[in-house]
Order: sequence, then structure tokens, then C-alpha cells
Amino acid sequence: MTRRFAHALVIGASSGIGEALARHLASEGTRVALVARRGERLAEIAGDINRAAGEERALTFAHDVCHRDEVPVLLQEIARALGGLDLVIYSSGVGHPVSFTEYSTDKDVDMIEVNLLGAMAWLNPTAERFWRLQQGTIVGIGSVAGDRGRSGAPAYNTSKAALHTYLEALRNRVGRRGVKVVTVKPGFVDTPMVADFKNLPMVVSADRAAAIILRKAGRGVSTAYVPARWRLVSLVVRSIPSFIFKYLKV
Amino acid sequence: MSRMRDALPGRQVEWVEGWGRAAGAAGYVYRPTNVGQIREVLELARSRGVPVVLRGAGRSYGDAALLAEAVVLDLSEMNRILGWDASNGVAQVEPGVTFHDLWRSVLADGWWPEVVTGTMTPTLGGGLAMNVHGKNNWTRGTLGEHCLELTMLLPSGELRTVTPETDGELFHAVIGGFGQLGVIVGARVRLKRVHSGRLEVHAVAAQDLATMLRLADDAKNRWEYVVGWIDAFASGGRSGRGLLHFANHVKADEDPAAQESLRAEAQDLPARLAGVVPKALLWRFLKPLTNRPGMRLINAVKFRLGSTIGNDKRYRQTLAEFSFLLDYVPNWERVYLPGGLIQHQSFVPVAEAEGVFARQLELCRRAGLPSFLAVLKRHRPDPFLLTHAVDGFSLALDFPVTASNRDRLWRLVADLAEPVVEAGGRFYPAKDAALPGELYRATFRDGQLERFAAIKERTDPGRLLRSALADRLLLP
Repeated sequence: MTRRFAHALVIGASSGIGEALARHLASEGTRVALVARRGERLAEIAGDINRAAGEERALTFAHDVCHRDEVPVLLQEIARALGGLDLVIYSSGVGHPVSFTEYSTDKDVDMIEVNLLGAMAWLNPTAERFWRLQQGTIVGIGSVAGDRGRSGAPAYNTSKAALHTYLEALRNRVGRRGVKVVTVKPGFVDTPMVADFKNLPMVVSADRAAAIILRKAGRGVSTAYVPARWRLVSLVVRSIPSFIFKYLKV
Repeated sequence: MSRMRDALPGRQVEWVEGWGRAAGAAGYVYRPTNVGQIREVLELARSRGVPVVLRGAGRSYGDAALLAEAVVLDLSEMNRILGWDASNGVAQVEPGVTFHDLWRSVLADGWWPEVVTGTMTPTLGGGLAMNVHGKNNWTRGTLGEHCLELTMLLPSGELRTVTPETDGELFHAVIGGFGQLGVIVGARVRLKRVHSGRLEVHAVAAQDLATMLRLADDAKNRWEYVVGWIDAFASGGRSGRGLLHFANHVKADEDPAAQESLRAEAQDLPARLAGVVPKALLWRFLKPLTNRPGMRLINAVKFRLGSTIGNDKRYRQTLAEFSFLLDYVPNWERVYLPGGLIQHQSFVPVAEAEGVFARQLELCRRAGLPSFLAVLKRHRPDPFLLTHAVDGFSLALDFPVTASNRDRLWRLVADLAEPVVEAGGRFYPAKDAALPGELYRATFRDGQLERFAAIKERTDPGRLLRSALADRLLLP
């Protein structure tokens, strides 16, 4: 398999899409740093990767993305440990279930912290670095859920919509110096986040999603729906007028 | 815990490359202009737990002045000539003074550096750290042999001045010590008297490798400068064929316009080729030819011309024209982009040279990776701890790097190196990018590496100073 990136960092690598991305990258020969809160889980994943590779290809760094003040020095430490850095993926995300009548500020703040502010904390210094080096690829894992404000997930939708806008703005800043910023909008991916939902349509495995994301990242596309047919679904959903959309149970 | 430390300022990040542009890395670059600022940078790096790599003009082809994610102490702006005594030809320089800065300052007084590299752009600090040589290695040795005194800043912050007499061990280890023992912050160097800005050059052709070596050896005591170019594409009985250039300084009574030729402006390389093509654009014309068929053609034509109308010719060239061939086509290294180039230079004792070089040329051809530029020189040993020289010859081979040949090329370099080790030869680390560390280390059989490590332990016990090259070859 051809290696697309030499040194990669995946934030949110302990489960779901992030874990699958880390495993995929390592299987291509990329040296990869795994960041997540659960150090023990990271160690298990890295152990698998390194045993399969026969070398130390995965490094782990336990970190809670809410601890934003740790990020600048940790990012430098990771780049040093890897021997470079040319791909940074922000994959940390949380989607707390909220009922139609629930207004929980605690849950909402948590989602904004993890899904948005954590991304800003990691991707700001990353963007500064890549801007100066005139190279590098940033990938942010957003969601089709960010394309519309749905009654069922106000804060989750907001966090992802804000992430999309932030990533677009980053792209418009650093893209002019050759840095790629890829907004990924997965549909339903078979991860712990959707484990409680039944009968979801067009579900793909995390492994399949990771393969698509890395292909898109390698090409440096601006926005990648995963899988691609979600682009059409999103187009339809976004074109529904608000006065109709507000009555839909989506 | 390291995480509690502060980050280095993100605004210092730059992409730093070797001259061959096949090796590069991000680093936190600082360009101090005095010793106090160097101390601050060393202290900053130490407090952050980050290694420091020393860098001059970045003219080492490979990874001598690189280390991924390290603090890069770039000394190119500490570039003052602090003292010049035209009566005895001794200059006191800061480490960022380049060969160019130096010769332009002293030539009008009738002096020229004892040793210069094939490009005038390297710094003397870098040149001493890698103990560079020129086309007159047999007669004049290495740059380090003309250094009278070094001032170095140890990672501890101690400023120490060393000469061969006061601390011969440290002096002979710092020079050629890959910048691993301390930061050279000043040097006193001795230059040589010249009476003219021109050289008497003799060009001859050789039809095979044995003739090349014989002619170069015969010339070594009659001519100060001896350099050979080899057509690495030629095979069979013509393998190793090439052109040799010998040169001596013109004596005072041989040049009626001597005084005029000593003006720095008289040495300026022409800005246009044949008075027409701006040389700054020349690399763009060469780029389409920088492939195997193109280089085969260029090498063949060069040999044909040199072995017919150019054979056995004597002419005069300015010092700069003869010495700085690599500056003749500005930005020539760009023809090798995007992959860049690497160079491999091995040194082989006289008796073994023909066999080893013939084998190297054959290995290149068999691998489908003939060298685009091959250069032969004559050498002698020098007194430095990590000396690369032997009583023998060196062959420097340039190779283009591409995405598809990179792995094969690195394997080829290892293959090229093996016969050198067997023959008791050495390698030139200043240019290296690809040599396996164990092969480099195998060339030191008398405890030199252990002695160097012991000195490193004394001057830099925390291993603050590192480089990708030193990590690979010297102190893994």
C-alpha cells in the first residue's frame, strides 16, 4: 500500500472513526500519534498497530481535549516524537442524546467543548505551523448533522456547523500557501456514538469511512461527504424550506 | 513532566533543507548575531527539553545541518570579519563569514583562502565543523589545518578558546566534529599569499579510469590544484574516462596585469553565458536535460569536446572561475527538484582506488542509477580525530532523487560503501545524506569514535547539540 503521509496525528483516536483512521494510516506505513483521554485504550490500539508493523509506528499521548492550555506544547512534543508532522486529524466528538423537551446546558457546553473548542485549540497551532511551512493537511471530522438545525440535536448540530465554518475559514487562510484543509461530513458510521440508534439508513463501517477519508485527504479536497451519496442527501435536506423543515421529524 | 513546560514560539518554525534538497525538516530557527544571543537560545532549548542543531549557510548536501523539530541555531548572520592583518594574512572571523565574504575582503591585499570549497557560499564555521577540503587537498590539506585558534561556546555557557597547542585534543575533535561539541563562535584563520588573481590551468583528457588516476597522481606535486571529472555513463573499456584540470597560482613575474586581477570585481563570475543568456535562468534550460538520456548526452559531449579540441590545453582562469564551479550556474540544484539530489563521496587508499571506483561505477550502471556528475580528487591524511581523508583518491557521485528511485538509491549508496570499508577507506560526512551509520562507523578502527564520544560527554553531557547526520552516523 502506498504511504500518503509520513507523520500523522489523530486526535480522538481511542474509538470510532479516529481509531479506524489511526489503524489505516499505520497500515500504510505512516508514523502516527494517537491522542485521546483514555490512555489505556490508546495503549491497546497502539500495541496492536506496533505488533502488526513489527516496529514502533504508533505513539500514544493521553490528553483531554477540554484541557486546551496543554495543546501548544503537546503538539510540539508530538511532532518531535514523530520526527515531523504532515497530517493532523481532529476526530474527537461527542453527541449526547437529548430528548425533544430537554434543555441541558451542561450537555450542550460539553459538546461545544469537545466538538468545537477542542478542534480550535488543536487546529489553530497546527494551522500556524503549516502556514509557515507552506505544507500540510488538516482534516476535521464534522457531520452531515451540521448542515441543518434539527429539533432533535440543537447543540450537536451547532457544534458541527460551527466546526464546518471554522474549517472553511482556516482553509481560506492557509489554503493560499498550499496547506490543505479538508472538512469531512460523515453520514451514519457504525461507531459507539450511534450504537443506541436503530434502523439507521446508509450506515457504513468506521473502517470503510476511514478509507474514504484518507483518500479524500490525500487529494486535499475541500469537503468530503462520507460516503459520497450523502452529498445528494444533504443537498435535498438543505433545500427544504424552513417552514416545512420545522414540521419534519429528522 | 515535560507537558508542564512552555511551548517554543510557533512563529520560529521554518522548513530547513540540505543543499541537495532531498532532505528537509521543520525546525525552530534562531539567527543570533552575538554570543549573548547564542547563550539565550541554548538556554531556551535546554529549558524546553529540545535539542539544538547548528547551521551555517546550509550548503551541506544532506542532513548535516538538520534535525527534525529541533531548535536550529543558524549562525549565518553572525558574519563579521573582526580582524585582518594584511602583513601576515591572518583573519579573525565570526562563524557566519562565508568564503565569499573572506576572499572579497582580502584579495586586494594579495591573499586568498588556503582552502576553498567548490561553491563560495558556505560559512567558515560550517566549513570547520565539517572540516571541508578543496581541489588542493594533497598540497594544502583541509580547512582545519589553516585554523590557528578557535573560540567555542560550550553548551554549559562556558566560552573556551582552543589552539592546537593549548588543547590539541579538543581542537582536533571540534574541527570535523559535526558541530557536536560546542558552538564555534570565532576562528583565527591563516590565508595564503597570491600575486595574481589568476591561475595557470592545464586541461587533459583520460580515456579510462586507470589513466585518470595515474595522471592525477603524477600531477599532485607539480600542480597545487588537481581535480578530475568522470563521465559516469561510459562503460566497458571507456569506464572511468574523463577530464582532468590542474592549476597553479600565477607568479608575480608571470602576470603583467596581476594587480588589476586582484581586484574583487575582476573575479566576478560573468552574469551571462556567452554574453547573452542570463545565468540566473540557465538552470531552467538545463532542467529538461536532467534525466538519464539528457545527462548521458551532456556527459558524452563534454568528454568529446574535452578530449579533442580541449585536450592538453593550457589557459588562465580567474581564481573564482576555477575554484567555484558550483556557482557558475546559479541555483543549479533546482534542476533536481522536486526530489532533489544526494552526493556520495568516498575516499580510498591509492592502491585500492582503481578497483573500488571501477566497482562503484559498475554498481551504479547495473542499478540503472548512473551518477549525473562524478568528480575525482587526490587526498592525503590530516591530523583531525574524525578525518575523512586517506592517502588516496576520492570519488564524489551526484544522484538525482525521485519518488520512484529513492529506496533503490539508498540501497545503492550502501552497496557503494561496502567496498570502501573493505579497502580501508573513509566517507565525507559533509555531503552525506544516505550512508548507513554502521558502514560509516566501520571505517574508524582505532578507537576514534570512542574518544570522540568521551569528549562529547565532557563538553555536552546533556547531548543538547545534535544533528540528523550525527544521530545517524556518529552518536546513534
